[in-house]
Amino acid sequence: MIRSDILKEIAPILRDQLVVCNIGLPSQEMHMIDDQPTNFYMLGTMGLSSSIGFGLALAQDKKVISIDGDGSVLTNFGTLPTIANNVANNYILLIIDNGSYGSTGDQPTYAGKKTSLAAVARACGCENVVEVAAKDTGKALQEAIDGDQMTIIVAKCESGNIKVPVITMDPVVIRDRFMTSVQA
Amino acid sequence: MSINTKIVDDLVANDISFITTVPCKQLAGVIDEIDARPDVLHVPSNKEDEGMGLCAGAWMGGKRPAIIMQNTAIGVTINTLATLIQYYRMPLPMLISYRGELREPVACQVEMAVHTKALLAQMNIPTYHFHKQSDADELDAILKYTFMCNKPVAILTDANFWGGYGDQ
Repeated sequence: MIRSDILKEIAPILRDQLVVCNIGLPSQEMHMIDDQPTNFYMLGTMGLSSSIGFGLALAQDKKVISIDGDGSVLTNFGTLPTIANNVANNYILLIIDNGSYGSTGDQPTYAGKKTSLAAVARACGCENVVEVAAKDTGKALQEAIDGDQMTIIVAKCESGNIKVPVITMDPVVIRDRFMTSVQA
Repeated sequence: MSINTKIVDDLVANDISFITTVPCKQLAGVIDEIDARPDVLHVPSNKEDEGMGLCAGAWMGGKRPAIIMQNTAIGVTINTLATLIQYYRMPLPMLISYRGELREPVACQVEMAVHTKALLAQMNIPTYHFHKQSDADELDAILKYTFMCNKPVAILTDANFWGGYGDQ
């Protein structure tokens, strides 16, 4: 399975949740598969999906899911100790780890080599870290949503991309409809 | 009233309830004061762009945010300011320790100081420079302006404002 297969499978689970989608293809794929006002699409700023989602989780009570990638977590490693040391039990970080920088042409990341993001998250102090095969992502995500504990999920999948259109929605529209969903 | 208390009073009076910090010794007293306020959630961040991501999320979650950092962070956060804070039109007061100005003991700090205002001007970021303690009288108005226009706004506070570094 590649990332878009995972996103297709978990889209029904994500539908009613607040979701912060990582820059590039992950946002474009979510937008194409199941556009929802509860999705915040990042159009720029690589690395900050986890930080934006975590700030949102700290500021209000609804569950928040950040969809991140291995390359983006590598770019903002400082996020993991911040998350670990300021626990928000309404927060789920889903790292789709395909071992490559998908949006830029599938160049390999260090997470696809010797570096284990699950082990790094645990070393940073995150207490509930699960690593799953791609096919088990939906089950792990549903368990995390049903549970009452901050969860980091590392879903291992194959690299590869599908053709998707870019998002042409205005960023202020994305942000405004998302904030309306947060307040609903 | 100490200047630290005055600054944090203004933040709280403007409903700022989420503050992230990357520390500076000039701002240590402000950070201590923030930690003493139960109305403010203080989440230290490891890098300033990470902190701006937290602030963006907190604002979308209904809390007014602020970031406290050094001016060297302008070099770290240009992309985040342009593609997140400005692009999505979000308010962000940035209380900044302006290192490398008069009474600065560390020569290397001057290297970013000389670029700081030029970079902020290039980014069209409203910028205020506190050089004397009375300059902080405008903080309340600057915060109201920030949340009126939904922009990042820089408040540069130099060593003279903080009373220097003591004996060098």
